[in-house]
Amino acid sequence: MGGSDSLALLTAARVVIVAGKGGVGKSTVTAVLARAAARRGHRVLVVELDDKPALSRLIPDLEVRTIVAADALEEYLRDHGFARIAQRLAATGVIDVVGTAAPGIDDLVVLGKIKHLERSGAYDLIVVDGPAAGHAITMLGSAVGILEAVGSGPVRTQAIEVLEMLRDARRCQVVLVTIAETTPVNELVETAFALEDRVGVQLGPVIVNGLAAVPAWLDDDAMVAAVIADMRDAGRIDEQEARDLGAAAAFAAARHRLQVGELERLAELLPLPLVGLAALPVAGVDAVGIDRLADAFGAVES
Amino acid sequence: MSVGARSGNGPFAAESVPGPITGPLPDTATGSAFLGSVIAERSVVVCCGSGGVGKTTTAAVLGREAARRGRRVVVVTIDPARRLADALGLAGGLGPDPVRVTLADERPATTDGPDDSSGSRDAGELWAMMLDPEEMFARVIADHASDPDQVARITANRFAQTIAGSLSGTLEYMATEALYRLHGDERFDLVVVDTPPSRQALDFLDAPGVLIRFLDHRVFRLLMVPTRRGLGVLNTAAQPILRAIGRIVGSDVLADAVTFFQAFAGMEAGFRERARRVDALLHDERTAYVLVASPRFDTVDEAVWFAHQLERHGIPVTAAVINRAHPVIGTGDEVHARRRADEARAADEGRLGDLWGVLADLRAVAAAELAEVAPLGAVTTQMVRVPLLATDVHDAAGLDELGTYLVGEIGA
Repeated sequence: MGGSDSLALLTAARVVIVAGKGGVGKSTVTAVLARAAARRGHRVLVVELDDKPALSRLIPDLEVRTIVAADALEEYLRDHGFARIAQRLAATGVIDVVGTAAPGIDDLVVLGKIKHLERSGAYDLIVVDGPAAGHAITMLGSAVGILEAVGSGPVRTQAIEVLEMLRDARRCQVVLVTIAETTPVNELVETAFALEDRVGVQLGPVIVNGLAAVPAWLDDDAMVAAVIADMRDAGRIDEQEARDLGAAAAFAAARHRLQVGELERLAELLPLPLVGLAALPVAGVDAVGIDRLADAFGAVES
Repeated sequence: MSVGARSGNGPFAAESVPGPITGPLPDTATGSAFLGSVIAERSVVVCCGSGGVGKTTTAAVLGREAARRGRRVVVVTIDPARRLADALGLAGGLGPDPVRVTLADERPATTDGPDDSSGSRDAGELWAMMLDPEEMFARVIADHASDPDQVARITANRFAQTIAGSLSGTLEYMATEALYRLHGDERFDLVVVDTPPSRQALDFLDAPGVLIRFLDHRVFRLLMVPTRRGLGVLNTAAQPILRAIGRIVGSDVLADAVTFFQAFAGMEAGFRERARRVDALLHDERTAYVLVASPRFDTVDEAVWFAHQLERHGIPVTAAVINRAHPVIGTGDEVHARRRADEARAADEGRLGDLWGVLADLRAVAAAELAEVAPLGAVTTQMVRVPLLATDVHDAAGLDELGTYLVGEIGA
């Protein structure tokens, strides 16, 4: 399966919620998907849920919107015939109380806002830089929770509509992100099952970020040692260089073996397609890095 | 760079068979003597930083090393990964009460008699517990309630359960509460706390006052005004607001909230006093703050942000740990290695080119990482770099290795 096909799979629904454990590169994946889809001519909106400027730095020319629960709740109340109450609630700070009184209502109104944007038809693809894995279950489960707790009223209606979106594979899917290491893989598998069981949301391909690109022959320790010895004996490298090259090869091969093992384990544990994303030889990804990663998803149209 | 999709079945790279990885790392480290003195002398170590940087593992390793140096340590973790419990040798996982962890190099307790305590008198102990916010909330309520009935009324309330589970800041609050209790527990002389991943605008140092601020909220003050006719009748000033909330979230939910606040009556003073004491502990000079970050701008930003919060409270950063740093190999730079790779390939020595290419990539990452962590140098001079290990840490040996990088060998 080529890069273009995997992009099609990843953008099969209008709303793509990117979720994963902290540190696995959720924002990077969000930016890469948005960039790749925009190159195909899609009208793309990126949504972030906390007010960190990272995303606009990665994709400076794409539309990025921050949705904060308190604002979304106020807006929701205003749009649903509670304009005067909303004003009053905001003025007295009661909005916090509403959020606390009905567990999950803050998450629900954020999802409601995303649903509203999806329904507006202004975008072909909305990529959401979602919450950390644990919170993803809470957040996406908020609609189910509200339906159980709230018997009537506008909040219940909102929960029903959000759940309709979450359970419609054409409208929404969750793309889980991990790195090929033991703990993140375990947590991803747990999250995947919890999301399917509790929310019933469609899971898209799993993105495995930060894969080391290592020439296959480096896996053969004896071969590496022989090549280095030959080159040293031929005077192409000195003793110190031989040690450095050996250390680099050993480290890269060991990390690679670990990753391959984890990829195999992930494939066994989870019946979802896997999409690999290469590690860039940099510490933090920037806009240029996002462009390079997006190249992997096929043709550039510009 | 191999990027592509595949189905969930079939081998990913048939030629690579994963196997055990042994051998020395291409990096040298002797650990930080300073951090060693911190775990030897302080009574509280707070590990802070964003999620995914290895904070829990760092807390566990610091606790483990302190115990090996003779201290009676308890490590409080928030939602530890299963593998960490395994690595600590806790087959049954962690619970809300401290459980004793056997150190790998610990001699089995002697059975010769109660008087034969030579050799164990100075031995440290390692205990670990997992913070259960709801359980801790129930215990806090029990501390301050006037009678069991009040405890029951509050903990059975759905609104109380929501607060315990999801009120912003509750997890941090419960972590400081656990810290306070364990600090006062005679079984331990060092408490290592793994803080919750910090969230926006939230401050661990302000956590002791979370519930107080919640109770001080003007809406809650309205709700808590004593009513003349008992629980059934509300203060009239609160009525319009309550009706509004009721229309939005439903009357059942509202009734739960009202009941909750009324059940709280009389407990405020106790909460205030406790918050003051916990606050004093957080400001105590024997409480150390260790920032944990990985060498990426976002986690460094978060650590620097936390350093500024500490500064605001007049507390110095004790040390910073940079986890999972790529090894620095040799003395040359990326450009040199890249050039040698090109030269080798031009001379038809493809394999030598590959080797130089791998070294160049590793050097590029290591150099970029050094630049990323630079801002931390402005908030602390005590920076400890822990290299990215060739294997995942999943057993005692892995924790030992990390311990060497953090605080060095015992007696070294």
